[in-house]
Amino acid sequence: MALAETNGKGRRKSPLFGIAKKTGTTLATVAATMLGLLFVTFFIGRVMPVDPVLSIVGERATKEQYDAVYVALGLDKPLFVQFFYYLTDVVQGDFGKSLRTGFPVWDDITRVFPATMELATLGTLIGVFIGVPLGVLAAVKRGTWIDQIARVVALIGYSMPIFWLAIIGLLVFYGNLGWVSGPGRLDIYYEDIIPSVTGMILIDSLIEGDMMIFRNAISHIILPASLLGYYSLAYISRMTRSFMLEQLSAEYIVTARVKGMSEWAVVWKHAFGNIKVPLITVIALSYAGLLEGSVLTEIIFSWPGIGKYITISLLSADMNAVMGGTVVVGLVFVLLNIFAELLYKFFDPRAK
Amino acid sequence: MNALRSTIFSTAVALAAGVSFTPALAETPANMLIIAAQIDDITTLDPAQTFEFSGADVNRNIYSKLVGFDPADLSGGYIPALAESWEVSEDGRTITFTMREGVTFESGNPVTAQDAEWSLRRAVTLNKTPSFILTQFGFSADNVEETIVAEGNTISITTDRRYATSFVLNCLTATIGSIIDMKTAMEHDADGDLANEWLRTNTAGSGAYTLGSWKPNESVTLIANNDFFRGAPAMQRVIVRNIQESATQRLLLENGDIDVARNLNPEDVAGAASVDGIEIDSELRGRLMYISMNQKNEALSNPKVIEALKYLIDYEGMQNSFLNGQYTIHQAFLPQTYLGEIDDVPYSLDVEKAKALLAEAGYADGFEVGIVVREAQERIEIAQSIQNTFGQAGITVNITVGTGKQILGVYRAREHDIYVGAWGPDYPDPNTNAGTFAFNPDNSDEAGATGLLAWRNAWHIPEMSEATLAAVVENDRDTRAAMYEAIQREHQAISPFAVMFQKIEQYGHPENVQGLSLGGAITAATYWTVTK
Repeated sequence: MALAETNGKGRRKSPLFGIAKKTGTTLATVAATMLGLLFVTFFIGRVMPVDPVLSIVGERATKEQYDAVYVALGLDKPLFVQFFYYLTDVVQGDFGKSLRTGFPVWDDITRVFPATMELATLGTLIGVFIGVPLGVLAAVKRGTWIDQIARVVALIGYSMPIFWLAIIGLLVFYGNLGWVSGPGRLDIYYEDIIPSVTGMILIDSLIEGDMMIFRNAISHIILPASLLGYYSLAYISRMTRSFMLEQLSAEYIVTARVKGMSEWAVVWKHAFGNIKVPLITVIALSYAGLLEGSVLTEIIFSWPGIGKYITISLLSADMNAVMGGTVVVGLVFVLLNIFAELLYKFFDPRAK
Repeated sequence: MNALRSTIFSTAVALAAGVSFTPALAETPANMLIIAAQIDDITTLDPAQTFEFSGADVNRNIYSKLVGFDPADLSGGYIPALAESWEVSEDGRTITFTMREGVTFESGNPVTAQDAEWSLRRAVTLNKTPSFILTQFGFSADNVEETIVAEGNTISITTDRRYATSFVLNCLTATIGSIIDMKTAMEHDADGDLANEWLRTNTAGSGAYTLGSWKPNESVTLIANNDFFRGAPAMQRVIVRNIQESATQRLLLENGDIDVARNLNPEDVAGAASVDGIEIDSELRGRLMYISMNQKNEALSNPKVIEALKYLIDYEGMQNSFLNGQYTIHQAFLPQTYLGEIDDVPYSLDVEKAKALLAEAGYADGFEVGIVVREAQERIEIAQSIQNTFGQAGITVNITVGTGKQILGVYRAREHDIYVGAWGPDYPDPNTNAGTFAFNPDNSDEAGATGLLAWRNAWHIPEMSEATLAAVVENDRDTRAAMYEAIQREHQAISPFAVMFQKIEQYGHPENVQGLSLGGAITAATYWTVTK
């Protein structure tokens, strides 16, 4: 997290130098983090008691067939050599082939990640647009029934197992009421009609101007996204409330009130203005969490996302896919952190 | 405040209107079959390589073989497919097939004997996991030029010695016997891989369907081949969607969004069955559940003990509780619907009889024994049930649960006492199971015949191995069937294997969807027979 560093004392250097230095430091941090991540995932993958060869050839293969695959995978080489080869490939964007799907891992990821991204983004938007006002309201009306309701809503969101909510949600809104469509990203008849540009159907259908498909995609995504949204809403609203309470009890707020400022201005301009930075961290973390893929939600809604991909790969000892997926998720975390840092600068006058 | 309230209300209504859309379709389109199944085991569609259940389902609908099965009469055995007829030479080693005229591949190319020659040679040369189904007849990359030969519109295959014709033909009905469009495939040959890479994700067959798309872990779409030589399929499009959860499959089925739900658990089967308009059908599949006793263990090699233990298994109790609807009691090594199957059920839980047998064997006070089992729910439950019933006769059971690799390692090294196993046939001939349950020509450790279940259990059976070999060369189908019946009866009585259950697959579908065959115990699913 501590990517931003103070410029310290000393001579004023040209702003260009500052930017270059910052970029350099950031890149170095990213590289170090990613190298560590690769190292750990690689060695965990290799010490796990699974046999990738067996999962390719099946248990009835002859010794000859087994050995051919063993050598083809490079498993006969020392671990560090294997790691070096792996690193060289990854740097060139080659995560190897998935043993289970037979496709290059990178192809698989570019297919599954947009599905997760679409879901996580919509979920986070729901979480932010409901969670933040709810948290602010709960803090302002502390101790009233509004605060209690907000508390209960958050508590349920925290404590209900998401797969249970998902199944009940499907049963009620799809099974009984028929308000939303069932599992999957689209009705089967609509599949493969529009070309995949971003891999996110909501965006692709808008690009194509096909409102039928857009509406169908919305009807499929709304339930899982609301569930994930509820989940992040619970977290975001609680954090917003506690940040706000801290600010509202500060002296400058009293001063503002004494000066006769309107309550709206006190709450939104002064107090809220000061919680933006920690709030961004909270939202970014929550978003990153959803981008990892919510495995249970993805499985129940037959959502072909990255969480499901990594989990199934892990269960079938497909280590190339697991490592590739982990590296991509790790990269997303790092990038989101950097993005959050940039936003701090934007919102925090002291960082300018 | 009122204004605000009405704004919120109208926004909500607008949202609801936007979201509720068209109500869910009551049923799927009339010429489209939509199946929910777990299809994440497909790794390749190349018929010379694919060896998984879902891959075989796709393959059976895309490729034709020289001989095939009639989905309406699976126990009737093989029937002509791309080969119209065949003749067997006098020495019984050469079978000459005459190709059916006028059949075309999806590319429009005619299906010729050259395609058949290339496809079978290719399967042998590529030497992928399922290749043993062909190479067990003596074919190898070095001799295919002489042993698999096309001439005019005939193709001859010559085996290394005489085998039962039914054995050879049964093996040719397997996925690996698929006939591929040579011209189309070889246009995509990469570095002499015989189009192995291209055929992984593309197809070139002459079956009822062609491949629309395959998205790993998501779906497989098949499009009807209206020139199919057995007639155009009624279902013009078949979509198999990967739906993992049983509850989700049931919801989709009850809402009319799918036509077939293939992975319903017993609770969901019961639930769906109570819905008007939904039927549950079931088919016997090939998978068997068994326990086996290592003959290196002194107590377990005593014939009386072996017999006693077979009476100490609660077959009915398991079938009616946690295996309900998924497995049925079956106590012979050939699954029902195989040539030579028997449905004798000589054993049931009988603690008193078992105690008497143990006393005769000198183990009146029981003994201690280990069971190894891999971490699969149903197998662990079987081990626990056995632990309980063995205990009633004074036998102390220690269960060791491990990963598939660990447990299989112990099994293959012959280091277990008792193993809880599952076995699925590899090809639709009785030898697929007889050749492993009842065949062990060399029981020495050095033989290392880890592929043979009899060897893994150190079961020394020179005579039964001979009988199994004899059944492989017997040319008369009925005599051959009788030979397998006899082997199984003896096996049932004396072998250290207690075969317990055969798999049942239950699936749900709307009443109007008819004609689906999952392939029973011997083959894979057919979609071209489906109507609605």
